[in-house]
Amino acid sequence: MDSKRLLKDRLAGRVMFVLTVLSGLLVFVMAIGLYQRSRPILAIKSLRELLFSTSWHPLKGEFGFLPFIMGSLWVTGVAVVIAIPLCLLTSVYLSEYASRYVREWTKPLIDLLAGIPSVIYGVWGVLVVVPLIKDHIAPLFGTFSSGYSILAGGIVLAIMVFPIIIHVSSEVFRSVPYELREASLSLGATKWQTVKYVVLRKAMPGVIAAVVLGLSRAFGETMAVLMVAGNVAKVPSSVLDPAYPLPALIANNYGEMLSVPLYDSALLLASLILLAVVLFFNVIARVVLIRVERSIQ
Amino acid sequence: MEFKTHISVRNLNVFYGDQQALKDITIDIPDKGIIVIIGPSGCGKTTLLKSFNRLIDSTDGVRVSGEVLVDGENIFDPKVEVTRIRKKMGLLSQNPYPLPMSIYDNVAYGPRIHGQKNKKELGRIVEHYLRESGLWEEVKDRLRSPASRLSVGQQQRLCLARGLAVEPEIILADEPTSALDPKSSRHIEESFLRLKERYTTIVVTHILRQAKRLADYVIFLYLGELIEHGPAEEIFENPREEMTREYMKGIIS
Amino acid sequence: MDRRRIEERIFKGLMIFSTLVILSALVLILATVIVKGLPAMNVAMITQTPKGGYYLGKEGGILNAIVGSVYLAGGATVLSILVSLPVVLYLNVYAKKGSRLVSFTRFSFDVLWGVPSIVYGAFGFTIMLFFGLRASLLCGIIAVGLLVLPIMSRAMDEVIRMIPKELLDASYSLGATRFETAFKVVVRQALPGILTAVLIGFGRGIGDAASVIFTAGFSDSIPYSLLRPAATLPLAIFFQLGTPFVEVQDRAYASAFILTVVILVISVASRLLTRRFTRHIVR
Repeated sequence: MDSKRLLKDRLAGRVMFVLTVLSGLLVFVMAIGLYQRSRPILAIKSLRELLFSTSWHPLKGEFGFLPFIMGSLWVTGVAVVIAIPLCLLTSVYLSEYASRYVREWTKPLIDLLAGIPSVIYGVWGVLVVVPLIKDHIAPLFGTFSSGYSILAGGIVLAIMVFPIIIHVSSEVFRSVPYELREASLSLGATKWQTVKYVVLRKAMPGVIAAVVLGLSRAFGETMAVLMVAGNVAKVPSSVLDPAYPLPALIANNYGEMLSVPLYDSALLLASLILLAVVLFFNVIARVVLIRVERSIQ
Repeated sequence: MEFKTHISVRNLNVFYGDQQALKDITIDIPDKGIIVIIGPSGCGKTTLLKSFNRLIDSTDGVRVSGEVLVDGENIFDPKVEVTRIRKKMGLLSQNPYPLPMSIYDNVAYGPRIHGQKNKKELGRIVEHYLRESGLWEEVKDRLRSPASRLSVGQQQRLCLARGLAVEPEIILADEPTSALDPKSSRHIEESFLRLKERYTTIVVTHILRQAKRLADYVIFLYLGELIEHGPAEEIFENPREEMTREYMKGIIS
Repeated sequence: MDRRRIEERIFKGLMIFSTLVILSALVLILATVIVKGLPAMNVAMITQTPKGGYYLGKEGGILNAIVGSVYLAGGATVLSILVSLPVVLYLNVYAKKGSRLVSFTRFSFDVLWGVPSIVYGAFGFTIMLFFGLRASLLCGIIAVGLLVLPIMSRAMDEVIRMIPKELLDASYSLGATRFETAFKVVVRQALPGILTAVLIGFGRGIGDAASVIFTAGFSDSIPYSLLRPAATLPLAIFFQLGTPFVEVQDRAYASAFILTVVILVISVASRLLTRRFTRHIVR
């Protein structure tokens, strides 16, 4: 009887161990899988050519990713520029100023924002943001825009990354010892001075990590951007231009990719690039956050 | 004995949620000298100390009734500008918390936020108060290095200098030596004794011997109630209340 | 003195303003979906599959996508539970505290959590090619299951980590094995948290489009086998919105409304769970 229990214990332990190791290695498996499938195109083109060529003509066998990479950078950049001030001010408000009552009401709403599917963001972008840019913002600058633009993508993405940045940076603010604020307040500093000179300063690495996490989420976000950014394979030159970010490229061409030689390989290479960029940012941000957590304990 | 008072407390009650941390405290805190608040842990010593400069405000779910008069002004009056009250009092907490900046900037922080921009003047202030807290000789060559690199004992003296630099009239100290080694503790105690002619120093401690070394005046709290207060000799030699006597003998702690 | 107070006021004002902007973004999104979607709703939308010419504006509904999404998200959730629950229990019960494997696995879940769903889709596609499968419910379940795995694991880990060590010790001292402790004590103690994690995973699975675009395909009929392609709500919304016909676009709004309601219900349910199911919980 007892030996049976012990056997069960040990057997389960083995199985759980294997599952743990496998899921720990999943990210490597993904990278290897994508790399395997990108090899055909890497065999004939140099990575440099692929990354820095602007010529995208799959039928002629030309796969230059530059327009898409630039599109991604632009859209992400706009999103981050919009999101940073709003998110920082909000998370400072929620963690330093707001009463518990306000905090308890706001948090689930921000969680809800995080739970909304990206297609819904896309629909909203098409219905609200795109017409807004076409009818009001573009005329303001005396130009024409269809509305499907970097700015539209950036606005929608900004809203999508609000919850991440707010969540992570609030957590970082919370980890700043209360006594540190007390020290500053007891010297007669106002709350804002305390936030500005002490809390923000202490929290800076963590806040940057929060922004980087938001940035990498924006960089990889697909459906919403696909729906509002316009998808024109040209290096953009203004925020009112359309753009064709990398994830949108991958998602938009799943139909054709098996009928054109090397097309699937090119798209999977694009996914690999996306994965690499996102991993890079995520690893850095997470390492910083772990350091922050340790420095508190 | 006649006392002029900076701080007088009138019927102060403090609640955290449903729990009452302070029960109807009324006391005039004498001016100058070292006032020691003693009592077993969890009896409201820290709460009383922090209500003097309204740091308890920022605790969630705290309710306060009664008055704390500082120079005749009720600081719990909503119209009062709280930063002005706090500037009158320097705080020394249990663990030293240097601000995340250099040694120099830590001391200059207070004067700066109160509008002192003159570099020369700031330099003078920093040196003066670092001398006052007995740290100058140890740090004068590395004023620009981060304060976090100092030893814990040095950090606590830095915090003292930082507090003094806003020119308070009162020093509030919440078990200021509990995180320190004996030598650093002695440094801090010596500073208090040196400063007591010029400042009203209020020290919370649960170390009876420390209280005896420092106190000019003693306040004894037990479970949120003010049991007894008076000049040090009186309380230590000849307490009126049974409870105080038991505490002194170590029966309740 | 006065300047400091003015600065304080200005920044506090800006903070409240930012918070309101962010909250109003949520309200605006929900309001848009409701205002546009609700009038376009009808019974046929949720009871019929697309009939011939549906995407030109003829009759039908999106039952195929609703059922497809439920199958897909359900399957992915089950798959993900089967992996994440044992893994999280292993991390918190079996493995030594602070061991390399534990911190490595947690780190890798953190990183996986940040991987975009399109990459999961692309990886799912490479699996399909590897096994010679075609776009199908099964492949969709695998891709979404992988996507949900880090989300669910992190959420579970967060609650299970909070369980006091004394509780485990109490169980051990009664002679229970680690296995019994994990599945009888820990799971019960963390049940509301685990269920919340499952709901969060399901919600994420049902809303995701980029990972199924390669892997699950699309079909106007309800899938009757794991190897058939399956429609999903997000993709149905995307395709309908992409047509040039106003009637079909209206149906996209109605579909968006349905998806939003599903997400809201899940979100409210998970909140209620955290409040409700706390009977057997030691605090």
